[in-house]
Amino acid sequence: MSSRPELQAPPEIFYDDDEARKYTSSSRIIKIQSELTERALELLALPDDGVPRLLLDIGCGSGLSGETLSEKGHEWIGLDISQSMLNVALEREVEGDLLLRDMGQGLGFRPGVIDGAISISAIQWLCNADKSSHEPRRRLKAFFGSLYRCLARGARAVFQVYPENLDQRVLILNFAMLAGFSGGVVVDYPHSAKKRKEYLVLTCGPPSVSTSAPKEDGESYSDDESSGDDENQTVCVSDRHRPRKKQRMMKKGKGREWVLKKKEQMRRRGNYVPADTKYTARKRKARF
Amino acid sequence: MRLLTHNMLSSNIKGVTNGFPLRIEVEKVVEKEVDLNPDFLRSMFSKIDWKALVHAARSIGYSELPDEADPSMLDSDDFLSRFHHALLQLHLEEGVLICPETGRRFPVNKGIPNMLLHEDEV
Ligand SMILES: C[S@@+](CC[C@H](N)C(=O)[O-])C[C@H]1O[C@@H](n2cnc3c(N)ncnc32)[C@H](O)[C@@H]1O
Repeated sequence: MSSRPELQAPPEIFYDDDEARKYTSSSRIIKIQSELTERALELLALPDDGVPRLLLDIGCGSGLSGETLSEKGHEWIGLDISQSMLNVALEREVEGDLLLRDMGQGLGFRPGVIDGAISISAIQWLCNADKSSHEPRRRLKAFFGSLYRCLARGARAVFQVYPENLDQRVLILNFAMLAGFSGGVVVDYPHSAKKRKEYLVLTCGPPSVSTSAPKEDGESYSDDESSGDDENQTVCVSDRHRPRKKQRMMKKGKGREWVLKKKEQMRRRGNYVPADTKYTARKRKARF
Repeated sequence: MRLLTHNMLSSNIKGVTNGFPLRIEVEKVVEKEVDLNPDFLRSMFSKIDWKALVHAARSIGYSELPDEADPSMLDSDDFLSRFHHALLQLHLEEGVLICPETGRRFPVNKGIPNMLLHEDEV
């Protein structure tokens, strides 16, 4: 992971004609994207009744992820901000409908009509401010709000994502939760820096008893990774309902340094935090 | 773009309260044959805004849908094949989608609607 494309240029510039072609003619990329999509589809946990569903492919690019959806018989609508990527999708004669659209501007579908959404290797782009008018927080809010509205109740959205760091993942999840989603993160191959894959699995509305928790991938796994225990492909699910650490009672206050550190942490996560002043973490007088 | 997608799509320009359905201006429509899947049509039916579908189909030159439809009609093969044709086989290839409230025009080229908003529209 030498250079992250998100840090090089805005997506509609980075994915120009050359890059779109290069991306889509790499058999390695084709294979990876289709595997990621299959896994995302599995995590979408659609009813197992053979009925095709109407799905969204967010950041569909040249249609690699969408092609996997078609193979499984589903109808899909793909949206992407790069005309060059969509042109390649046209050349490949994908079966889904394509829209030139910026997910950060909201999706613009009628409420409750979509059966599920996937997004493969795309959402981390939303965390960047590519134009002076771009406010990642506002764009994440618009995106998740509009996604929540257009999904049928109980439907899922699964994002395979390469977060740049922990803060970015927290930022994305925060806005998903704010929009009303419940859910968490599934990690495949957590012990391998190279193969590690992360999926945000979100459910529209509160988690219902009928949607099963994601199960670990049953695929056998006997590659070069050394550790041969059954931890090999652990899938961990975490969500915001996990018990919080009990708050410890502190006799002394935590001190100004601690408060400043915490505030800085929250700022990095994109939360609104009041500016630091001389009053920050100042001891109150013992009387009222 | 198929009418399936048109039936889901709504204009989300800032301040617009009812952006559905987008009006269609046609330059070119193409037909692509695909297999009919009754299960899919039955499961989609409840989500389709029928009036908008009838209207959209008419505006791209297909007038064989009944004005009103109810789930009991899903037992009729004839109805299913018309529904299928309108929903999945007709593609708006070139034309314009128009926001019903603001009149903003979204061009459709090579079957792809350009739904990118200007900065003052978000
Ligand atoms: C790595 S590609 C993945 C494409 C496809 N999902 C696949 O699996 O091959 C990421 C895609 O996200 C798209 N993208 C980035 N930011 C976007 C935005 N704000 N709105 C829509 N698409 C975006 C890019 O244009 C690019 O096509």
